[in-house]
Amino acid sequence: MSPQDAHGGAERAALRPLVELKRVEKRFSNGTLAVRDFNLAVGHHSFVSLLGPSGCGKSTVLRMVAGLGEPSRGTIDWPTSTDDAGGRPQREIGFVFQEPTLMPWATALANVRLPLDLQGVAKGEAEARAAEALAMVGLKGFERAFPRELSGGMKMRVSIARALVTNPRILLMDEPFAALDEITRFKLNNDLLELWQTQRWTIVFVTHSVFESVYLSERIVVMAARPGRVVADIAVDAPYPRGSAFRTTPVYNDWCRVVSQSLGHAMDE
Amino acid sequence: MTETMAGAAPADDIDLPPVRSPTVLGIRRETWPKILMPSTMGFLGLVLWEVLVSVNAVPHYILPGPLLIARTLWTDWGTLSGSLWITLQITGMALTVAVVLGVALSILFSLSKWVELSFFPYAVILQVTPIVSIAPLIIIWVDNTYLSLLICAWIVAFFPILSNTTTGLNSADHNLRNLFELYGATRWQTLRRLRLPAAMPYFLAGLRISGGLALIGAVVAEFVAGSGGVESGLAYRILESGYRLQIPRMFAALIMISMSGIVIFLAMSLITHLALRRWHESAIKREN
Ligand SMILES: Nc1ncnc2c1ncn2[C@@H]1O[C@H](COP(=O)(O)OP(=O)(O)OP(=O)(O)O)[C@@H](O)[C@H]1O
Ligand SMILES: [Mg+2]
Repeated sequence: MSPQDAHGGAERAALRPLVELKRVEKRFSNGTLAVRDFNLAVGHHSFVSLLGPSGCGKSTVLRMVAGLGEPSRGTIDWPTSTDDAGGRPQREIGFVFQEPTLMPWATALANVRLPLDLQGVAKGEAEARAAEALAMVGLKGFERAFPRELSGGMKMRVSIARALVTNPRILLMDEPFAALDEITRFKLNNDLLELWQTQRWTIVFVTHSVFESVYLSERIVVMAARPGRVVADIAVDAPYPRGSAFRTTPVYNDWCRVVSQSLGHAMDE
Repeated sequence: MTETMAGAAPADDIDLPPVRSPTVLGIRRETWPKILMPSTMGFLGLVLWEVLVSVNAVPHYILPGPLLIARTLWTDWGTLSGSLWITLQITGMALTVAVVLGVALSILFSLSKWVELSFFPYAVILQVTPIVSIAPLIIIWVDNTYLSLLICAWIVAFFPILSNTTTGLNSADHNLRNLFELYGATRWQTLRRLRLPAAMPYFLAGLRISGGLALIGAVVAEFVAGSGGVESGLAYRILESGYRLQIPRMFAALIMISMSGIVIFLAMSLITHLALRRWHESAIKREN
């Protein structure tokens, strides 16, 4: 292989998406057709939101991307990832569930450390990295706290820290802030955007809030229900960094209107 | 200037005493009635019993008074404590074996659906068959009386641990399981880090039931076995006292069995509390 080839490969890799869903269909064993003919390519370092009414298959899509539950039809490709020693594609995924999903018997630090422990990272290094991830989400000093000693928002942040600790290439978040109050949600939105910009992750963010999706994303994929499918793919053309002031700009309002209308159409169909 | 500032104490500097419920003799005041009420009732009952027995001159081979029972407990302590020790030994060993086998088997069940399907029905049969009806067989088949008693007590203590731990191992949060899958956890990792801790409260609840059952199993088996050679437990003392019309001694042995049961229950509750107090709802004293 010549150096030119290698260079060309890297260039192509930058153009190829990180993950691509092609004609994906998901039918559950009880016969429910949750998702049909779903196409989506997620580019490197992009921030994509999946927006849609309850039950339209957002979680189902996200879980399939994570490899939890195979599609019944269609393919999910990771064109740029290589296989690990065991022959499994190295996806380097961080997943944040709708609920905090912490182990109640373990401290915040032990919960965040879990992915590293499972990968066999040495204890000392794992502790250090977990403490760092906790600090990143603003929970320095809560390492020894048990989940029950934390508030809902703090638990959610522990859960985010756990997703970050492996330094994933792609972060899949399933309505992570849906259960939180608006003040906390705004704060976590800002924190997330800041982390996304500094760490250059790829984020797929599931939400049913028009405002949240417009505030956060570069691109909004609007879904319709029964069966779940893409009805609009909107590129939100507004520059980053977006601070809280962004919420009061006309641009923001315009995009909210556009996305709302498109969601309205999705509901009518 | 600075002096006047310091002189006017800011409001948040005032030392308020911490709000804490008052204690009497180291026990919280609200807790005292829970101790005093039953104790008083018990004491009154004993007094009434003693009075009725002596006023009506009930012969002590029909119903001895509490004072006589207490005296018998004291004078016969040598024989009775030996028997107590044997009963407790059987109970303790039966419980230990039940825990080891119960947990091991439930882990096996959780790892393989086939094993569970094949064996669980037999565990149920073992559980629903009354121990008094199989005890004679076991005593005939097993030469060693001690061992046969142990087996009987074990059969009774085994099922709650097996069934509870099996349920517990399967009760781990679905999303957490997905998380383990996502990070490529091995079966062993999932078992050790997720399923076993999740099963802990269930296992401990089973343990609390089994502790009492092991004692019952040991006592029942002893009754069935009758005279068991040189070493004889408390149940044998009860039988023996019955034959000889030593009713005060019978009561003394009975009291010892009840006390053992209570102590076992309290010990299991303490273990549960110590194991779960950091995280499980059942063991946490909520501050709201
Ligand atoms: N395990 C399952 N078995 C059968 N049907 C399922 C299962 N999980 C989801 N579904 C069905 O698939 C459809 C999509 O579910 P999904 O959870 O993906 O929706 P969602 O868009 O995430 O909704 P929400 O916003 O309420 O979380 C629903 O109609 C649901 O009933
Ligand atoms: Mg969902």
